[in-house]
Amino acid sequence: MGELKLMKGNEALAEAAIRAGVDGYFGYPITPQSEVIEYLMAEKPFERTGMVVLQAESEVASINMLYGGGGTGKKVMTSSSSPGISLMQEGLSYLAGAEIPCVVANVVRGGPGLGDIQPAQSDYFQSVKGGGHGDYRLLVLAPSSVQEMSDFVPLAFDLAFKYRTPALIVSDGLIGQMMEKVELFDQIPRLTDEEVIKRHPWATNGKPKGGERRILTSLDLDPHKLERHNWHLQEKYKTIEENEVRFEMLHCEDAEYIIVAYGSSARIAQKSIQLAREKGIKVGLLRPITLWPFPKKPIDELTKKGVKGFLSVEMSAGQMIEDVKLVVEGRTKVEHFGRYGGVIHSPEQVLEALEQKLIGG
Amino acid sequence: MSEITLQDIIKPENLVYKKTSLMTDKALSYCPGCGHGTTHRLIMEVIEELGQENETIGVAPVGCSVLAYEFMNVDMQEAAHGRAPALATAIKRLWPNKVVFTYQGDGDLAAIGTAETIHACNRGERIVMVFINNGIYGMTGGQMAPTTLPGMKTATSPYGRDIATMGNPLKMTELVATLPGTYYVTRQSVQTPAAVRKARKAIKKAFQNQLDGKPGVSFIEVVSNCNSGWKMEPVQSNTWMEENMFPFYQLGDLKVDGKLIDK
Amino acid sequence: MTEEIIIAGFGGQGVLSMGKILAYSGIMQDQEVSWLPSYGPEMRGGTANVAVIVSDERISSPTLTAFDTAIILNQQSMDKFEHSVKPGGVLLYDPNGIIHHPTRKDITIYEVQGAKLAAEMGNTKIFNMVVLGAYLKVKPIVKLENVIRGLKKSLPERYHKLIPLNEDAITMGMNNVNKL
Repeated sequence: MGELKLMKGNEALAEAAIRAGVDGYFGYPITPQSEVIEYLMAEKPFERTGMVVLQAESEVASINMLYGGGGTGKKVMTSSSSPGISLMQEGLSYLAGAEIPCVVANVVRGGPGLGDIQPAQSDYFQSVKGGGHGDYRLLVLAPSSVQEMSDFVPLAFDLAFKYRTPALIVSDGLIGQMMEKVELFDQIPRLTDEEVIKRHPWATNGKPKGGERRILTSLDLDPHKLERHNWHLQEKYKTIEENEVRFEMLHCEDAEYIIVAYGSSARIAQKSIQLAREKGIKVGLLRPITLWPFPKKPIDELTKKGVKGFLSVEMSAGQMIEDVKLVVEGRTKVEHFGRYGGVIHSPEQVLEALEQKLIGG
Repeated sequence: MSEITLQDIIKPENLVYKKTSLMTDKALSYCPGCGHGTTHRLIMEVIEELGQENETIGVAPVGCSVLAYEFMNVDMQEAAHGRAPALATAIKRLWPNKVVFTYQGDGDLAAIGTAETIHACNRGERIVMVFINNGIYGMTGGQMAPTTLPGMKTATSPYGRDIATMGNPLKMTELVATLPGTYYVTRQSVQTPAAVRKARKAIKKAFQNQLDGKPGVSFIEVVSNCNSGWKMEPVQSNTWMEENMFPFYQLGDLKVDGKLIDK
Repeated sequence: MTEEIIIAGFGGQGVLSMGKILAYSGIMQDQEVSWLPSYGPEMRGGTANVAVIVSDERISSPTLTAFDTAIILNQQSMDKFEHSVKPGGVLLYDPNGIIHHPTRKDITIYEVQGAKLAAEMGNTKIFNMVVLGAYLKVKPIVKLENVIRGLKKSLPERYHKLIPLNEDAITMGMNNVNKL
């Protein structure tokens, strides 16, 4: 068993970055995730593992530092919250285009605009539908506990390097600020320069002796060549959709109704389900762990099984519900419930919505 | 006496100029007469001379030199517009023993990338930054640059740059020279053989500084022409540059070994 | 066993650290815990509160509207949280500075003179430990030895010399909690 600690989600993410053998963290403070860079600076990972930690001049610089550093084959990471993640969208598009692996964590807060600093889940569209320009996808993991804030860091890096693509960890102010028991995984050693060079022949870390130079770019002025590059990306995304869907199901065996919720909403919904079952309402939870690729198959199977309705519970005006509807295709009822703008719905409110929108309606 | 053939002439002892192997065979996409090609060559010659071919990572910008990586035969990354110093910062921090440089134009380095330029310079990143200043946006078709001279006509200042409404030209090189994080700051040009020799010396000094682990950025501005954007013949553009650009952007060293030069 | 608690008072009263020590104590005896603070500008000098859950099972929602126990340390928090206690639950408060005392009849109300006792002990900073002691007397959800282990785990080494004082404060609270 690993070391047990009581940690904030943000701290667990930072500690996991050190333990995952990350080579460089580049970030800019923003509430509610500033603990990440504060923790990293206080922990002196440059002494523990040799990890570089740099406070950049902006989120724009941070994400481009990921391009530079990730482009050399090193493990690089940043974190921010919604407005800062918006600033990174250009960079993410370039990273996806140039196929550079990296990990970005978004501790989502209320929006739009400056919004507030309270928890929200209103960056779902931005996370899974593009966010930046061009046809690309990000691999998106949604932790719903402090434990997963830790565990998903090495997982995100594994996936990012496996597919040479940026991976996003989407949590929110609730999970970032909350403390829970976390079992820390053991230190994964950082790769040596020689190992990086050997493992990632595509990376630009100095032209191999007698070999060809490497170029990392997202530019191709020939539309036919760029289309071919896009085909390659789409093939890759298809493979990810086939192999990397992750989700959790709770109490779905006998469920007549299904709540679909991720992250902190999934936690809240678990309490709602407990309250519902005390009243004799058979309801289960489908928790997407990967927001992209989205768990279409279990939703389709539950629909075929004849569930009476899905309630998409999200701290947004209704974003993930669109993906649920795309799977259900009108075969059964799909409704949304959520508070937003930084307001967190209570377990009782979720239950009330379930009763009114699905059962009574 | 027998007739001299081509075979007799092409001999190592007769060699007076050889293209560096660090320039690819791809034909340059720059307009004839443009300073970019010469500057590319000088950088690559210096890297070859210093034996850093396998140790160098370059960062290309957005602008006319967006395809610099097609011509420079070393490992290269293509940055988003203005962000080259951020890329170079991370590369150098993660690979401190490698040689890292950015190659940027005036729009990239002095407009959209101002923050990245100033902060990389102010943090004292141990990189080389090469800055081509031709006072205009060449690639997008001749629009006003931050470095466009007062009164100069461009596509977006068709009646000449009006300082009152369009602001002043930005002397980025003077600005970064004042920052404690720059170690060597110089302004050069490449329009004559003598200027090319001086520019080559400056570029070599900059890369040597990095190899010697000198603290801070070595920053080289190359004042260049843009005959297409300026709508001039190449020779005429160089004369115009000497007469109009040089008085405003004065050539020479601004900072050497971390110390400002008194002028 | 699942105990859902809200601790609320002024910023600076040690509300968040009391919750943290309680949560750490739960970990020391292999329980699941969550600690969710209100965060933001309001914490600076204004009200601060933290929801703590200690449970033998996996914790569902860390954010709650109804609690088994409310520990209330100022008037604003009384106004806000008296009605968040579940029927049959517990409200523990320090009457210092309270003008409108709790009136509910369907819950059990306790008081502890935390501020006064801490001042008598010569250290107002151990106020929160006195209150924690009072709580643990009413609801012994964690063992005292695990609280001490939790303290050791959550306090930096240089403060470990203060642990006996904290232990005394907890005992003081345990001995001076009154059911109303």
